[in-house]
Amino acid sequence: MTNEVIMAGFGGQGVLLMGQLLAYAGMVEGKNVSWLPSYGPEMRGGTANCSVIVSDEPVGSPVVTEADAVIVMNKPSLDKFESALKPGGTLFINSSLIDRKPSRKDIDVHYIPVNEIAAEVGNARVANIVMLGAYVASSGIVSKKSVIDAVEYVLGKSKAHLIPINEKAFDEGAKRVK
Amino acid sequence: MEKVLMKGNEAIAEAAVQAGCRFFFGYPITPQNQIPEYMSRRMPEVGGTFLQAESEVSAINMVYGAAGAGARVMTSSSSPGISLKQEGISYIACAELPCVIVNMMRSGPGLGGILASQGDYFQSVKGGGHGDYRLIVYAPSSVQEAADCVMEAFEASDYYRVPALILGDGMIGQMMEPVEFKQPKKREQKEKTWAATGWDGSRERAVINSLYIEAEEMNAVIGRLQRVYREIEKNETQFEEFMMDDAEIGIVAYGTTARIVRNAVLKARNDFGIKAGLIRPITVWPFPYAPIADAAKRVTAFLAVEMSTGQMVEDVRLGVNGACPVSFLGTTGGIAQTPLQIIKKLKEIKEGK
Repeated sequence: MTNEVIMAGFGGQGVLLMGQLLAYAGMVEGKNVSWLPSYGPEMRGGTANCSVIVSDEPVGSPVVTEADAVIVMNKPSLDKFESALKPGGTLFINSSLIDRKPSRKDIDVHYIPVNEIAAEVGNARVANIVMLGAYVASSGIVSKKSVIDAVEYVLGKSKAHLIPINEKAFDEGAKRVK
Repeated sequence: MEKVLMKGNEAIAEAAVQAGCRFFFGYPITPQNQIPEYMSRRMPEVGGTFLQAESEVSAINMVYGAAGAGARVMTSSSSPGISLKQEGISYIACAELPCVIVNMMRSGPGLGGILASQGDYFQSVKGGGHGDYRLIVYAPSSVQEAADCVMEAFEASDYYRVPALILGDGMIGQMMEPVEFKQPKKREQKEKTWAATGWDGSRERAVINSLYIEAEEMNAVIGRLQRVYREIEKNETQFEEFMMDDAEIGIVAYGTTARIVRNAVLKARNDFGIKAGLIRPITVWPFPYAPIADAAKRVTAFLAVEMSTGQMVEDVRLGVNGACPVSFLGTTGGIAQTPLQIIKKLKEIKEGK
């Protein structure tokens, strides 16, 4: 099985980290993974995106042109990447910041107000983990444990106290797609 | 050793350290900045030297100096910066010194753009600087292969006393993939008795030089270099074939482009009934002419795919040597190919357009 996903949002929303966590989780499960960021001349408040592939086969092109899933954290990202989704693919919309519906009818859509959920969980900065929880629970591409392991690895020992809130954020996101 | 998730640039830097590189000189430029950044942190940990020079010209001449003293040394840059280094590279080649140079290609000419390109192929394999010289040029297509090529490059460069170039592109540098650092097969390296490490009168003076005024002397140096280059062609050519056994159309592509072609080959076979195959040069100098010449007897056509307006295609034509038609498909400006564009081209070739 091969799963190709594009994640996009404002710089600072943690979309690149979200992608890295997924890639790391896939790697610890022994899968083949690639993570490719946008690295154009971006500015603060500009858009950032990354393409992640998690596969049982060797990863060919790291460039995702027909995504199985697209995660959009802000409106410009929806405008830009709705068309990159393949027919029957799944779109994850951050409904806290995006007030329009997608124009396509041949896709599945999840609306998740990740900013509000993150605020309820207790830290606005875990919005990306809420979204990752929703995506991972919906796709089943990696396990929750692998993602939390990845969070632990990325945060390091000095920030280990933040793991519970990240786990809670993941669970809240996962609930929204069940 | 366990696999770690790393950016291509970081993996290249770590591979160099593990290959014994203890000197790094560079100057910042996108999209390779993670290499000097990583080196600035890592070199002091291993007792090495990291120095950000005042320019690329300065950096390559520091490489010249460290290499002349027998150290394992590396520099990295991207296209416009590599252009600035060319004079120094030519001197290093003439002085018969080993070193590793990394070029994470961006689009050009000029200051160009910062996105991935393969427009420096000619510069890398057909000269770059002035004079009759070659570099051993590796063109990795994954983060793992980038790390492997760097380690191999240090070994081969020391062995032949020929500078080696890692020819990547912005995509390889920026993407993250799992990587494992594996030491290459060690070669029987000769002691670097030519290195200028200080003279105490107990041996002949070591002079690092690239100036030969007498015609016979220059002729002898070039002759020696050429003999080494023939050895390298014989021993160091690396390539990979994918589904070439029954291919009717052979595609040649290197680096990240080869990965996109690989997807296209699978899709062309599964969805469109076109038997395509891929020959992927891992070294672009020495270039794998032989497998292309061999396949040219069996396939109906060859296609070269590059992120350029057509550079490697000339070497494909040399390999094919008229045995079948050779087509070209290119993109520029940092735009990557898509498998569907490649398949469209394959259809055109098959229909004889």
